[in-house]
Amino acid sequence: MNAQAPALQDPRLNRPEPFTARDGGFFQRDRSIHPPAHAPGYKSSVLRSPRQALLSLENSVSEITGPVFGHNDLGPLDNDLIRNYAKDGDPVGERIIVHGRVLDETGRGVPNTLVEFWQANAGGRYRHKKDTYLAPIDPNFGGCGRALSDDAGYYYFRTVKPGPYPWRNYVNSWRPAHIHFSVFGSGFAQRLITQMYFEGDPLIPICPILTTIPDKDALDRLVAPLDLNASTPFDSLAYRFDIVLRGARSTYFENRAEGN
Amino acid sequence: MPQPLNYLKETTSQTAGPYVHIGLIPAMAGFDIFEKNFSNVLVTPGSKGERIILEGKVLDGSGTPLRDVLLEIWQANAAGRYNHPADRSAGRLDEDFRGWGRAGSDFESGVVTFETIKPGAITDKAGRRCAPHVNVWIVARGINIGLNTRLYFSDEEAANAADPVLNLIEQPVRRATLIAKRGERAGKIVYSFTINLQGPQETVFFDV
Repeated sequence: MNAQAPALQDPRLNRPEPFTARDGGFFQRDRSIHPPAHAPGYKSSVLRSPRQALLSLENSVSEITGPVFGHNDLGPLDNDLIRNYAKDGDPVGERIIVHGRVLDETGRGVPNTLVEFWQANAGGRYRHKKDTYLAPIDPNFGGCGRALSDDAGYYYFRTVKPGPYPWRNYVNSWRPAHIHFSVFGSGFAQRLITQMYFEGDPLIPICPILTTIPDKDALDRLVAPLDLNASTPFDSLAYRFDIVLRGARSTYFENRAEGN
Repeated sequence: MPQPLNYLKETTSQTAGPYVHIGLIPAMAGFDIFEKNFSNVLVTPGSKGERIILEGKVLDGSGTPLRDVLLEIWQANAAGRYNHPADRSAGRLDEDFRGWGRAGSDFESGVVTFETIKPGAITDKAGRRCAPHVNVWIVARGINIGLNTRLYFSDEEAANAADPVLNLIEQPVRRATLIAKRGERAGKIVYSFTINLQGPQETVFFDV
């Protein structure tokens, strides 16, 4: 008997693909770590939140499948927000690298998945025709990008640190500095939009959007730590942001319908 | 103490906000940045199937259309097959149809449109036939976690009546909230839909 026998572990954790098809549907979503649809402190949610119970759906092929993207969908500068809209110089602001992995709830990397991101400029102004904040547009900054995760689920991009900005909720509400993320996963039921915040921002605990999150640990997981080891000396600081999508159940002993 | 399970927790959802267009449809935000862009046109010249337009609005609890909403749709091809390796059903793949698109609502009218093809009926894992449908995901300012719903087709009455998901809806009157109505305009087939976030006609949303 091997003295170093590994501890018993759920067979779904950390085992390489393929084993059995992971098409048993996604793990049930734990709604207690998400903000509720109706969150009166975030006023816009009041008229935009369904009031009936959601109908729980066993995942069918419609939910476990989703769009597949490839490098042909992207351009070479898509993950470089310092260069992808530069007209006559670099954008103003703190140069940063944001990097991390897209994982699922079993801890496996989610490979080749599309990650899209967008943000305000260093002064807190969005390049959007509906944003009227008095901070100036940066002529060299678009504020969006995208990347495809690699085989291990890893992604990265370069940008400038966004600034905080005021918004109409209470008369003196300010958003902490943040970057919006859109992530796909392999099935449409994994689709997720979230926001990444920056370690140490004093606006985080008083943001009316963030205070709708019912779970303190869930909020903390949206805050990216400074990652000095990943920074580029004399060039850019780095922040680390891992994103976790729903895990999928395996179909161990299920009889397959004919044709499958 | 039992052994720990060590699952990770899903990342918490956050609203897409009012400026979602910057990241997902930059042309709507008012600028041009990417060489290649995603759009509300799913159909390509080679796509097989009946060309259709899906057109609708998302209404808030006051009946006002959301003018900053973003919808994505995901659907099978005309043969009922999703363009994804986990669909092992018998329908033929269509290389010219990805089956996914995204659209922002018009900033004035709130109208959302997609140009696509009508999907075929799909076969689920248990071998049951499911009525043709389009899967819809909705995000916007004020929506804290993306809303999932489906669109079915008004001219598929028999298939809809037998559909296992529509039949999960306890109140038959609520099933109607998922049916897009077939019509014709300028020689094109238009399916119209209204998604009500609240009220007596509240659309059925799914916890997928």
